[in-house]
Amino acid sequence: MADVKKIATRESYGNALAELGDKYDKLVVLDADLAAATKTCIFKKKFPDRHFDCGIAESNMMSVAAGMAATGLIPFASTFAMFAAGRAFEQVRNSIGYPHLNVKIGATHAGISVGEDGATHQCNEDIALMRAIPGMTVINPADDVEARAAVEAAINYVGPVYMRFGRLAVPVFNDAASYKFEMGKGVQLRDGKDIAIFATGLMVNEAIEAAKTLANEGIDAAVINIHTIKPIDEDIIVKNAEKTNLVMTVEEHSIIGGLGSAVADVLSAKRPTKQVRIGVNDEFGHSGPAVELLKQFGLCADNIVAKAREAVKAK
Amino acid sequence: MDATLKKQLEITATKVRLGIIEGVFNAKSGHPGGSLSIADLLTYLYFAKLNVYPDKPDEPSRDRFVLSKGHTAPALYSTLAQKGYFSEEELKSLRHIGALLQGHPCITIPGVDMSSGSLGQGVSVAAGMALSAKYQGETYRVYTVLGDGEIEEGQVWEAAMFAAHYKLDNLVMIVDNNGLQIDGKISEVMSPYPIVDKFKAFGLHVVEADAHDFDSLEKAFNEAETVCGQPTVIVMKSTKGKGVSYMEDNVSWHGAAPNAEQYAQAVEELTAHLKELEG
Repeated sequence: MADVKKIATRESYGNALAELGDKYDKLVVLDADLAAATKTCIFKKKFPDRHFDCGIAESNMMSVAAGMAATGLIPFASTFAMFAAGRAFEQVRNSIGYPHLNVKIGATHAGISVGEDGATHQCNEDIALMRAIPGMTVINPADDVEARAAVEAAINYVGPVYMRFGRLAVPVFNDAASYKFEMGKGVQLRDGKDIAIFATGLMVNEAIEAAKTLANEGIDAAVINIHTIKPIDEDIIVKNAEKTNLVMTVEEHSIIGGLGSAVADVLSAKRPTKQVRIGVNDEFGHSGPAVELLKQFGLCADNIVAKAREAVKAK
Repeated sequence: MDATLKKQLEITATKVRLGIIEGVFNAKSGHPGGSLSIADLLTYLYFAKLNVYPDKPDEPSRDRFVLSKGHTAPALYSTLAQKGYFSEEELKSLRHIGALLQGHPCITIPGVDMSSGSLGQGVSVAAGMALSAKYQGETYRVYTVLGDGEIEEGQVWEAAMFAAHYKLDNLVMIVDNNGLQIDGKISEVMSPYPIVDKFKAFGLHVVEADAHDFDSLEKAFNEAETVCGQPTVIVMKSTKGKGVSYMEDNVSWHGAAPNAEQYAQAVEELTAHLKELEG
């Protein structure tokens, strides 16, 4: 594991924009005084005339992006998840969502892995907020390869897309040469019959590691990467629930309204199945190094193993 | 202004006012006061200023209009009907279930360039359109109307800062200064005054105008076209409820529909005025 390449998906976001700028001339980038952190600075360096800083005024930025989309451009409005989904929620809903405009929201620094900045900046509610907006696509990529592919997929889709990226460098597990991103489709990373683990974002790699440990203990866990939380891949959820009769969801987000809720929505209607939810419980985060925080909040392979073992035993 | 055009605008504005009353009366709700205060402005814009094409509502080169004070949708709809975007009959089903005309402007309605109504957002959208036009080398211009109560929203000042920063001289913001908002006089609820000085301080070119005088409006909009490197704000002194005697300058008509008797009186007054104009 020591030689696994690690890249933060915010870095992937900035790199993808810079790479895709040549291919898509309607692509423009907006930022709110965080270009160095959201990594849109990489795009800005290459395309200074296509990068518009809006200053520390996220509400205005979202509505400006709507106006640009209404006149033919493909704006990527970029800021931290807390401000994109939180502060500017109503602008995203009314200026972008209601008229279903072609705005892409690049939300970085999502979840508690923001780390030392603490609870004010650790957004664990953005997926819940964004998936409640009619017609909004919500994507939470798991690694560098997937994040870059998601950005291009978002450009080729007409309509509003919320993309969630992280601050923390995470392992690159997808193979760049063979990976294909399909919006709205889950990715079956591993088949299993004892428990189906649905993970999203940086928790996908933890789920893969957990499944390996569980296999050594004789527990056969399926691992499914749900990169698109809305629209969600109902078929892959039902199929795995039927096979395992036990489901686990793992996300770096509140257990209220995120992946866990989205999966429960599907299962309760189509195939009621016992579900264990791992995520941030009904509480705020706090300061600390990201990796230590993730461990403390149970967002790690060890906790997935422990909870899966317990659930399988109770089957 | 040419006398024939001015007469024609006065006639059209009166028809727009009749349409506002028709819509709000049939909806049994809505915002007549602030709709009537911008009836002359919208008439001027759609019949003397904007490059728009009712037969091709989505023509990319058209000027854009965003009604940031979206609650006054009846004025926009009535103007668009006069202009031929859709039938005047549509006004009668304003706010009804399944109707084309929603309570606040919706982008799917022919001639409506942006959904709006949550105050403060339309002006930012208009700024985005103006920046987009400049970026794409397009020559169309963007116009947006704000309420004077609306400018209490912080986002308006974010937008003003943004528009000045990006030197959006293709953007014209119009503030409908009728002095009243839901809870009372704007000076008493939460004073945004001095409006002119504030926009000047934000780096915008400010022109003052009389909302009910077409010569004054023409002068203001022509001046806006000569300004380089700065967006223009036209602070337009208006009378809320203008044209219907009992609604004029009366805050209770901000968001209330007339009853049958009041409706009949309004129609009578406006029709009499129309006859007088048509001579």
